[in-house]
Amino acid sequence: MLVRLEPRLETSRAMRLASPLIAAGLTVLAAVILFSALGRDPASALYVFFVRPLSSAYGLGEWAIKATPLALCALGLTIGFRGNVWNIGAEGQLTMGAICGGGVALAVHGEAGWWTLPLMLAAGALGGMAWGAIPALLRTRFNANEILTSLMLGYVALHLLGYLVHGPWRSPEGFNFPETRLFDEAALMPVLLSGTRLHAGVILALVAFAAVWLFTARSFRGFKVDVAGQAPAAAAYAGFARSGVVWLSFLVSGGLAGLAGIVEVTGTIGQLQPVISPGYGFAAIIVAFLGRLHPVGVVIASLLMSLVYLGGESLQINQNLPLAVTGVFQGLLLFFVLGTDVLVRYRIRIAGLAGEEA
Amino acid sequence: MPTPRLELTGIVKRYPGVLANDRVDLAVMPGEIHALLGENGAGKSTLVKIIYGVVQADEGDIRWDGRPVRIADPHAARKLGIGMVFQHFNLFETLTVAENILLGLDGRSDLKALSAEIAEVAERYGLAVNPHRHVHALSVGERQRVEIMRCLLQDPRLIIMDEPTSVLTPQEADGLFVTLRRLAGEGRSVLYISHKLEEIQALCDTATVLRGGRVSGHCVPREETPASLARMMIGHELPHVARHRRREPGRPVLAVEGLSVPAPDPHGTDLKDISFTVREGEVLGIAGVAGNGQRTLLGALNGETAAPAPGMIAVDGVAVGRLSAGRRRALGLAHVPEERLSRGAVPAMSLARNTLLTAHGKGLVRHGLIDFARTRAFAQGIIERFRVAAPGPETEARGLSGGNLQKFIVGREISLEPRLLVLGYPTWGVDVGAAAAIRQEIIDLAEKGTAVIVLSEDLDELFEVCDRIAVIAGGRLSPLRAVGEAGVEELGQWMSGGFAGAARKADAEAGHAG
Amino acid sequence: MDGIDQAVTILAGAIRAGTPLVFAALGELVAERSGVLNLGVEGMMLMGAVTGFIATAVTGDPLVGIAAAILAGMAMALVFAALTLGLLANQVATGLALTIFGVGLSAFVGQDYVGTPIAGLKALDLFGLAGLPVVGPLLFGHDLMVYLSLALLAAVAWFLTRTRAGLVLRAVGENPDGAHAIGHPVLRIRLLAVLFGGACAGVAGAYLSLVYTPQWAENMTAGRGWIALALVVFATWRPVRVALGAYLFGGITILGLHVQALGFDVSSQLMATLPYIATVVVLALISRDATRIRLNAPAALGRPFHPAA
Repeated sequence: MLVRLEPRLETSRAMRLASPLIAAGLTVLAAVILFSALGRDPASALYVFFVRPLSSAYGLGEWAIKATPLALCALGLTIGFRGNVWNIGAEGQLTMGAICGGGVALAVHGEAGWWTLPLMLAAGALGGMAWGAIPALLRTRFNANEILTSLMLGYVALHLLGYLVHGPWRSPEGFNFPETRLFDEAALMPVLLSGTRLHAGVILALVAFAAVWLFTARSFRGFKVDVAGQAPAAAAYAGFARSGVVWLSFLVSGGLAGLAGIVEVTGTIGQLQPVISPGYGFAAIIVAFLGRLHPVGVVIASLLMSLVYLGGESLQINQNLPLAVTGVFQGLLLFFVLGTDVLVRYRIRIAGLAGEEA
Repeated sequence: MPTPRLELTGIVKRYPGVLANDRVDLAVMPGEIHALLGENGAGKSTLVKIIYGVVQADEGDIRWDGRPVRIADPHAARKLGIGMVFQHFNLFETLTVAENILLGLDGRSDLKALSAEIAEVAERYGLAVNPHRHVHALSVGERQRVEIMRCLLQDPRLIIMDEPTSVLTPQEADGLFVTLRRLAGEGRSVLYISHKLEEIQALCDTATVLRGGRVSGHCVPREETPASLARMMIGHELPHVARHRRREPGRPVLAVEGLSVPAPDPHGTDLKDISFTVREGEVLGIAGVAGNGQRTLLGALNGETAAPAPGMIAVDGVAVGRLSAGRRRALGLAHVPEERLSRGAVPAMSLARNTLLTAHGKGLVRHGLIDFARTRAFAQGIIERFRVAAPGPETEARGLSGGNLQKFIVGREISLEPRLLVLGYPTWGVDVGAAAAIRQEIIDLAEKGTAVIVLSEDLDELFEVCDRIAVIAGGRLSPLRAVGEAGVEELGQWMSGGFAGAARKADAEAGHAG
Repeated sequence: MDGIDQAVTILAGAIRAGTPLVFAALGELVAERSGVLNLGVEGMMLMGAVTGFIATAVTGDPLVGIAAAILAGMAMALVFAALTLGLLANQVATGLALTIFGVGLSAFVGQDYVGTPIAGLKALDLFGLAGLPVVGPLLFGHDLMVYLSLALLAAVAWFLTRTRAGLVLRAVGENPDGAHAIGHPVLRIRLLAVLFGGACAGVAGAYLSLVYTPQWAENMTAGRGWIALALVVFATWRPVRVALGAYLFGGITILGLHVQALGFDVSSQLMATLPYIATVVVLALISRDATRIRLNAPAALGRPFHPAA
């Protein structure tokens, strides 16, 4: 082999911090190549992608509110991934959260008060939790692969939402569009900064960050999750029940995803529509890896991913590029993150160059 | 001087952080049984991988029948006529014996013809092997015969045997020696890797001794004494384990009664009606070749596998058969598992964090949060008290050598101040120094009044540390014998399962002893 | 339509609906038997679908489209292999990345072709017997790809059980370290298996965009790649059972479409959830027997292999 991988004696601390940055850098490089291939000026495209969206107070607000559902989902997924529990259905749990919370709003329509929003948030979180409980149950009782079950339920949730907004929940004043009534004022997230759409969901994300950080860095339960993820035989030896880790992962990530769903709906959309998320549940998976499954990294990665979303929209408006380019960059980013991860555990040796290493 | 069949000169092999082979010379003559002797970690495996082409040397020459050769991969080795029987079998459980052998032969695809050939060779060398059985149904001894068969069908002129008797009963080992002598008699060479001095003296003509990656001597084993061989192997005499006068065993700590547990692994061995008692201050040894229910027994004792009835296992009179590992630990049951890296410790975590696996009840966790300062101090305490060679409590577990990690794990469990300590193969793959230290710890622990159970394949080790000894075979437990009265012959027979009759007799006697 | 005609239509439809699943699942089965879990089937199928569609729209020849789809699937699989086999990346995460990338890239590349009409593959009249009642449309009136999928099924089954290469592949999937120690090229074997999986996924996608609908729309596989993954588990890694499962799922999908024609008034949206719910139920039932799964699943599935020499 021309290029050999040599295991490191100890995982490289430096690389653990540097590899996400390298990945981000490589993605930018790929973006430059892509823009050039499409006949666009790379410099101006990059400007439109990265800088333009953040160049106003309104833009900064958008940055934060797009990062919020990403962070909420990704923080929950982080716990699961650390325990080797793969919740791929966060998008579905997010949808369920929106449905449950939205259902409360529609039920009390016209009579909403100060109590409505908290109730909706709780309903959303519980809805997401319940939806996440299904794959957890199937995994612990039936040994069914949680990746496939959680994902399948995602499709079910999506169709369920479609059914509701096309049918029983369709707004009678909506000219037959597939959408529900607009929620009452009291059922919407309060805006924090006038002139922007920055809403109180950001605070929830920060609270979630603090809680998840405490859990992963300091708690014994968090330790048990880590052991279950890194060495399942050791977890069995120690008496840490695997089923406990599975339930915890799905309930927490389901709950947070559900919360993200209702936060999105009450913060930026204001009603239920057939599509309420541009794939936040899936992007959150990338965010979790990019953040190296560490709460601080995850928050930073959420901001980066939020920028990717904004950049995609900005490119669509300003340079007439299709919105699908966002998905391309997301996929590339994850590829580079996974590829550079090897540098943490291995050294790259190129045969023929004695002593050379990357 | 006749030409050596295989000659290695100046072999050097480097790995990150370690010089595995340091200018090693080796020569094996035709028809000779040559021993490669050295303790765990001395570089034997690496050298042999180089000979078999799995790995390339960084420097040095290899000659075959006097001609310089380059062994690029196992195919090339096989083509030259080198065959290898690995210590860790490379068998495929879901396939049949014939299919397994086919995979190890180059350029063959006719299963039927092969099966016939297998039967023929089996008879010629006295290796009982059925080509149509699936490997997962075979015992360890049978599996080794499959490996040997795979090797023989290539008509090898040099056969490398890597620690073959570690998985055999004494009788099976004798059978193996007969086969090897027959092969050597045909003019084939045998390279026999081991660290068991008596075996090498019994079987081998010549020996090369490795220590720390270097050759520390060539000799004729029969002309040496165990002491001189030990000196070549580890640089000094074998450490002596001190056994003081012990007081009488105290109250029963562990009572196992009619324990019958189905193995959680479909290929595992179920436990059938196992009964024994262990008292304070007593060390009970359970001998047996791997694959006879040890894993199931360890899991049942530890709590990983629930017993069908809670009363089948009792600690200090409390029925624990269906309690979790954590609850049993709280009642005073500690456990050193048979796999240190991945079961006994989490490889990528620090030693400090690894103490939390079992010692979290020692004030290391408060209000659900980890007290890191205390955890580090606890780990440091283990490092110092048990002389673990580690830079500090923040070292990753996988950064430790096998022996040191094992010392740490044993130390951690002893630090729990248990009523009962169960150890599974505690010195397997561990260097001689650490092995002696661990055995001493076991003896010291028993002296302080802890009941101890040791599962091991090494009869010598069990004789050294145990008061009573039994054999597990086919999921059943033999009668218990005091170590002074046990004989290797009898134990060896029991390891092959022949104790059903004796069991009934001993049960009747045990009724008196209580 | 009278009862028998309706039943025949549904069954024939089930076979066609199941065919992309047969292709995708067979490909993934081979990859998994070598020990590699590739969750990127959905992404590879989409790239196959869009590439095949564009190639057909440009050249007018669906066979060119299929060839292009195979190449696209293999290219995606190559990326996966580079990351998981070359750089030892986590297989689960890389497979997800492949799907996310495939969804995005296919949408990006295919946006100009949404709504473009093409002439798909026509149905064949095998041996001139398609006109026979009941048996005709069921057995002899399908398009070329259906028959190719059955041929592929036979080929894969024969390969795995009757050839030395198939034996080696199975060995690699069970014990790659052991296979390596004996001298088999584990990484090369896995690479070939993964590429085969990619080719099959590409064909499966092309079937959707060239024959089944035929059109291109973003995300048109709608989770079929994931269902194919579930099918491999459901079939306990045996080729013939994969096909049976595929047709079963095809049947459920078709039933969902026909339910209103059959006189039930159920929302089409709710009926669309049937295949997904069925997948979940089937997975739960088959996985329940953990022993059976452990005996049949390739023992080294999903674990990275590094020649620890």
